[in-house]
Amino acid sequence: MQLSRQTLFTLALLLIGLVLPHFVYPVFLMKGLCFALFASAFDLLLGHVGLLSFGHAMFFGFAGYVTAHAAREWALSPELSILLGVLTATLLGLVTGWLAIRRQGIYFAMVTLALAQMMYFVAVEAPFTHGEDGIQGVPRGLLFGLIPLNDPLAIYYTVLAIFVLGLALIHRVVQSPFGQVLKAIRDNEPRAISLGYRVDQYKLLAFVLSAGISGLAGSVKALVFQLASLTDVHWHASGEVVLMTLLGGGGTLFGPTLGAFVVVIIQNSLAEAGSWVTIIQGAIFVLCVLAFRRGIVGTLSPWFAKIGIKV
Amino acid sequence: MPTVFGIPMAALFGQVVLGCVNGAFYALLSLGLALIFGLLNVINFAHGALYMMGAFAAWLLLGYAGIGYWGSLILAPLIVALIAGLIERLLLSHLYKLDHLYGLLLTFGLALLLEGLFRQQFGVSGLPYAVPPELQGVWNLGFMILPIYRGWVVAVSVVVCVSIWALIEKTKLGAILRAATENPTLLAAFGVNVPLLMTATFCLGAALAGLSGVLAAPIYSVNPLMGSNLIIVVFAVVVIGGMGSIMGAVVTGFALGLIEGLCKVFVPQVTATAVFVIMAIVLLVRPAGLFGKRR
Repeated sequence: MQLSRQTLFTLALLLIGLVLPHFVYPVFLMKGLCFALFASAFDLLLGHVGLLSFGHAMFFGFAGYVTAHAAREWALSPELSILLGVLTATLLGLVTGWLAIRRQGIYFAMVTLALAQMMYFVAVEAPFTHGEDGIQGVPRGLLFGLIPLNDPLAIYYTVLAIFVLGLALIHRVVQSPFGQVLKAIRDNEPRAISLGYRVDQYKLLAFVLSAGISGLAGSVKALVFQLASLTDVHWHASGEVVLMTLLGGGGTLFGPTLGAFVVVIIQNSLAEAGSWVTIIQGAIFVLCVLAFRRGIVGTLSPWFAKIGIKV
Repeated sequence: MPTVFGIPMAALFGQVVLGCVNGAFYALLSLGLALIFGLLNVINFAHGALYMMGAFAAWLLLGYAGIGYWGSLILAPLIVALIAGLIERLLLSHLYKLDHLYGLLLTFGLALLLEGLFRQQFGVSGLPYAVPPELQGVWNLGFMILPIYRGWVVAVSVVVCVSIWALIEKTKLGAILRAATENPTLLAAFGVNVPLLMTATFCLGAALAGLSGVLAAPIYSVNPLMGSNLIIVVFAVVVIGGMGSIMGAVVTGFALGLIEGLCKVFVPQVTATAVFVIMAIVLLVRPAGLFGKRR
């Protein structure tokens, strides 16, 4: 059997994902994977529909809160807790998307930002989030009643599986006829309308999908860190996911993942240096926008395309 | 003590004044945003950072140059405008030909960068800035006690907003500015230096943010994070008002400050979310904003 280069490349990446926890601290890798899934879900909107949401932290953070609450207070199993988190994010996405798609471009970004800020204040005030403390000591539990997620490798492989499935889903959506319509909307919205597509419905569905998958990432992160806190609903988190996507390369398959890992590495290596993380993130933002708009993967993709690999 | 709807009058008017003060800042900031957006098509995310820098400029001028409040009221906006001019010339002007979202992303990055730098230098605990002696004390209006400084802030904001409105609607310069918003290419063909006009507009918007910062310094403590939380509310104000008119931005700013103040009296738990809820309702009823035209 002849494997295509594309398949080999994907298998190689998967292999790296499988062996890496034996060399690198698994919690760090899981943080990267959660943000990678979050950024990929965000890019479903930015890279493929051309919608810049500045409020994705609300889906990520609120799903985390619900999962943490379900696992800790209701003692639900991890799979059910995650499911509840994803449902919350999806519903939140439905309402926010329904409001936000009434405006385009910059306004869309401002509306999502404002709605996310509202949800941030809800998180500050609502009793179940425990305000500044967050929901701490979330039990990881037994996945499907079988797999003890307290084992570092068990939870790592679970997170990896969820990440791969999530990315595969996004890839599938983008490649589907639905995804092609989304691209058409991105490239020329009036034309898509004149061709008879109900553009608003397509946008809304993409928004809800993106919100749901972001929620999945947030739910998983809550279980990994056994914590849901205000950090993940703050607008800084919304900005970070934009940065990850921009840096890695929007509209590419692996760009947001790479961007997420780079940003997480920066955060970890500068964790002691206080505000320098923010300063460097700001500087990368400025550089990316001015000189590096296609991102790392976007810049490398022609080179990969020559050897028959789509990245 | 007289009461209204079971609320002591003094408390009610106290919150109304606080609301007006907040509204004064919303109005000044959203006016600057609207000016910049109108001509440059850029949503200036760094507006909050410029506001913060205005406050810091006042604090630094006092500490290192001995220049007091009145000097800062003139100098700090100029300093902020100068920095903004550099930002526009060196960075922002390269992005006008691209999708407008890049302007938003660039200014977001700048906001992070500036905020981080100030946090690194000055920490997050607020720095005190005293109310100038001329504006200390209170006026007893009979039905309430009005701190003079708060009245001053509202008065300055109203005067500045009306002057800017008059500048744009009633002067030759304003006519050129409106023409540039309408059709920059045609205006350039008439020999007007449009890029210079853009820089000047960005500086003017930034100066308004800087001025707000100086006005805010004695009320809120001077703090690197003071701008970022405010600016998101101002964005919501801008969405509610629509970008169509200068007066729209000003009126919406004051009205929302007032509504927030009243919320604090009657339903304190929704104060933080009130503006955003109103924004959601406005989006449902009038997607282009109260004063906006769809474009």
